Amino acid sequence: MLRQIEGSRAVADTVALCRPAVVAAYPISPQTHIVEGLSDLVTAGDLAPCEYLLVESEFGALSACIGASAAGARTYTATSSQGLLFMAEALPNASGLGLPIVMTVANRALGAPINIWNDHSDALSQRDAGWLQLFASSNQEAVDLHVQAFALAERLSLPVMVCMDGFVLTHAMEEIDVPDQETVDAFLPAFAPRQWLDPDDPVTIGAMVGPGQFTEVKYLAARHQLAALDDVAEVAAEFESTFGRASGGLLQPYRTEDAEVVLVAMGSVLGTAADVVDGLRDDGIAAGVLGITCYRPWPHDELHDALRGIPRAVVVNRAIAVGAGSILGRDVRLTAPPTTEVHDVVMGLGGRPVTRAGLRQLVLDVLHGRLEPGALHFVDLDETIAASELARDEEVAVP
Amino acid sequence: MTTTPLYQIGTFAAGNRLLDPDQRSVQSDQDRTNAITSGHRACRGCGEALAARVVLDAASRATKGRLVTVNATGCLEVFSTPYPESAWQLPWLHSLFGNAAAVASGTAAALRATGRDDIRVVAQAGDGGTVDIGMGCLSGMFERNDDVLFVCYDNQGYMNTGVQRSGATPPAASTATTRPVGTSAGNAFGTGKSLPLIAMAHEIPYVATATVADLHDLEAKVVKAMSMHGARYLHVLVPCPLGWGSPSAETIQIARLATRCGLFPVFEAEHGAVTGVTRIRQPVPVTDYLERQSRFAHLFAGAGRPDVVTALQDRADRNIARYGLLTEETP
Amino acid sequence: MTLDVRIHGRGGQGVVTAAELLSLAAFDQGLHAQALPSFGSERTGAPVVAFCRIDERPIRSHDPVDHPSLVVLQDPTLLRAGGVLDGLADDGVVVVNSSRTPAELADAGLHLGPRQRLVTVPATELSRELLGRPLPNTALLGAVAAVTGVVSLDAVRGAIRQRFASRPDTVVAANVRLAEEAHAVVIDEEAQRHAQTD
Repeated sequence: MLRQIEGSRAVADTVALCRPAVVAAYPISPQTHIVEGLSDLVTAGDLAPCEYLLVESEFGALSACIGASAAGARTYTATSSQGLLFMAEALPNASGLGLPIVMTVANRALGAPINIWNDHSDALSQRDAGWLQLFASSNQEAVDLHVQAFALAERLSLPVMVCMDGFVLTHAMEEIDVPDQETVDAFLPAFAPRQWLDPDDPVTIGAMVGPGQFTEVKYLAARHQLAALDDVAEVAAEFESTFGRASGGLLQPYRTEDAEVVLVAMGSVLGTAADVVDGLRDDGIAAGVLGITCYRPWPHDELHDALRGIPRAVVVNRAIAVGAGSILGRDVRLTAPPTTEVHDVVMGLGGRPVTRAGLRQLVLDVLHGRLEPGALHFVDLDETIAASELARDEEVAVP
Repeated sequence: MTTTPLYQIGTFAAGNRLLDPDQRSVQSDQDRTNAITSGHRACRGCGEALAARVVLDAASRATKGRLVTVNATGCLEVFSTPYPESAWQLPWLHSLFGNAAAVASGTAAALRATGRDDIRVVAQAGDGGTVDIGMGCLSGMFERNDDVLFVCYDNQGYMNTGVQRSGATPPAASTATTRPVGTSAGNAFGTGKSLPLIAMAHEIPYVATATVADLHDLEAKVVKAMSMHGARYLHVLVPCPLGWGSPSAETIQIARLATRCGLFPVFEAEHGAVTGVTRIRQPVPVTDYLERQSRFAHLFAGAGRPDVVTALQDRADRNIARYGLLTEETP
Repeated sequence: MTLDVRIHGRGGQGVVTAAELLSLAAFDQGLHAQALPSFGSERTGAPVVAFCRIDERPIRSHDPVDHPSLVVLQDPTLLRAGGVLDGLADDGVVVVNSSRTPAELADAGLHLGPRQRLVTVPATELSRELLGRPLPNTALLGAVAAVTGVVSLDAVRGAIRQRFASRPDTVVAANVRLAEEAHAVVIDEEAQRHAQTD
């Protein structure tokens, strides 16, 4: 049903529709409204039978989900930023044990310095933990991805992270079509765990694996995650046929046919980019947007094909690999066909808004050759402040 | 327990053959679960392997086999699951070092939510995974009163990683990180935490201490704990021959000496108040206990450290006074 | 038909709620609307900004409203801090919660361009009367409905009723009346202004 509702609230209501049996959550800005919403639903009995554990930390939250999932219950948690890092030890534990936990990450910058605003450094810092990572471009997609996430997780026996931009999406109030219980039930069957802690059929989960077998275990897990690319696409297709709208999947191209330049990005920036591209097209400039929805596993072949024939790709990074450049940009550069010139820019760190004016100027700068390819450009940097701080460092350095 | 004096065997221990069948230990039962079965890789004389077997078989019987176990990282987990083998004959989950309590809380919640809460949950960890790295999650589990029995096998150090000091290492013990070098007398005084007292401060339904020296008592406490619901905590002293430097055949004897000298008080508590203690029948000075373990050898070598030994004796005496371990007026 | 609104106020004055109510009213009229708070850590008294975008077409972008066609100033003391009128459209409107005259407000820092319009509403005084507390947001929404014509008073009433459904009837009714009173005040003010310029 179409409702004018806050993004977090829509996600909470949608997660409830997926009938989790155990929810464990620890509050952190900007995820708080999601877990508060779920708490209200559980307390009111609207989501029964469900146990809501008020845990003592994010590490406790994910650990409780691990215990619950291993016992055969559908489980859910949510976090951001520092909270994601606090549960970092448990992330590869969950994926290594093959537990289909679904977690919302309300993307927020990592400290120090402490910053509660939106960028992608939290989720991307955990990109190799073995979880699927899906990035929502809108609140509607965030809602839809949660439904798909439970289906994917249980189909694959792998945990899934649904990423949505903190504050920008979580706290935005707009019209969102929250699905109805009947359709969700039709789409999402009851959880049938691959294995669980059953006294009638005991298993040992979490044995110690030595050098003699570890490589094989990891190899098979890696293959399994890559094969998940097909499942992500399939589940998205099934979603579309059940719910009647396209959502999720691997990539989200917009007006990329015959494009001279394409903005490549993840998350809510894609909405802004679409407006910018429409404006540029109206002005006769062949621009397009290529959104990446599925970041892990990395859609190498699909992205390569999508960029074929496109002369320029401008990657908008909302996180950096300190000491090594960009994250998304490097991934795109490695995947893009050699005929595509990849420009690597950083925008919107720590909640600095990515504006339509800024993106438009970026595209024009690229088209006019004002951005040197091969370098990482901080396009929304206050050059004056940066320059004066660097100058100060020089002064201090001289004895 | 029968009150027949046992002249012929000269001890106060009553063997199973002399007891009524319903008073015999679970371990004497041919049909016991053998929750942890033979073939595991523990050291000879391992107190923890013995305690885990006794605890889980007793818990299995008390719950008619409707039991799952969550295990922290540590000796027990490592020596019992060398993939592709496992010594566990009951459902068993190992996640991480510090989260056994939280994982168990999640498991208990899942069983409740899915209508299977006839299945009970036992979490187990070593002292490191309980008093140090496991503290946060454990306190959370206590505070929420989650329906889990948490068992700490306390061998007073990080043994699996090479005998390093933990928050449960007693004062003056030599460990890999508290060697008695120079003027040091081993682990400093004033350190160490009493998890039983911390558990009692959370006012949970049941807290008890036990050792591998009295297996009947250990079994009885497990059975009692499993008859209750909510957060329960059992702290079991399990000597580690390797880490303590004691002969592997003396594990049980050393545990008994720990209780007899007063350094390890054996008691039960409910909702924050002590409800019962095991009195010391034949008290011994702490030296009887300390002298049998190389980790305390530096206190006796050469001129030794009589001041430290006195301090340890004071500690033991304080325990005896605090818990009434020698008085007649025990509850 | 589009309306880009930026609302300035202080924590505790219901700035975010105002943006959400406005978006709710627009939604009820069949328009697309997005309310977006600008966030800081929670603290009463600190400057707060919220945005509301209204459009006939679906709204895709979530960037802040840089070029508002309407600025609502829930707390005129923010004029001293500066910046509250940044980006206002050449023909934009400013609705200020104040009982002062335009001249007095100019002294306080409110300088408008030749085609920009100023509307004042004594929202705090009205809310003290009707609610017993200085909570000017619903009053200001009534004013916005009078000023723009994009969102109707009826839709504002509906939004208030929906949003405060869990509150006592008296509270809901009082807020609705507040919006109506402020609406009437602005209509009057506009009528007088037109009369003067004729």
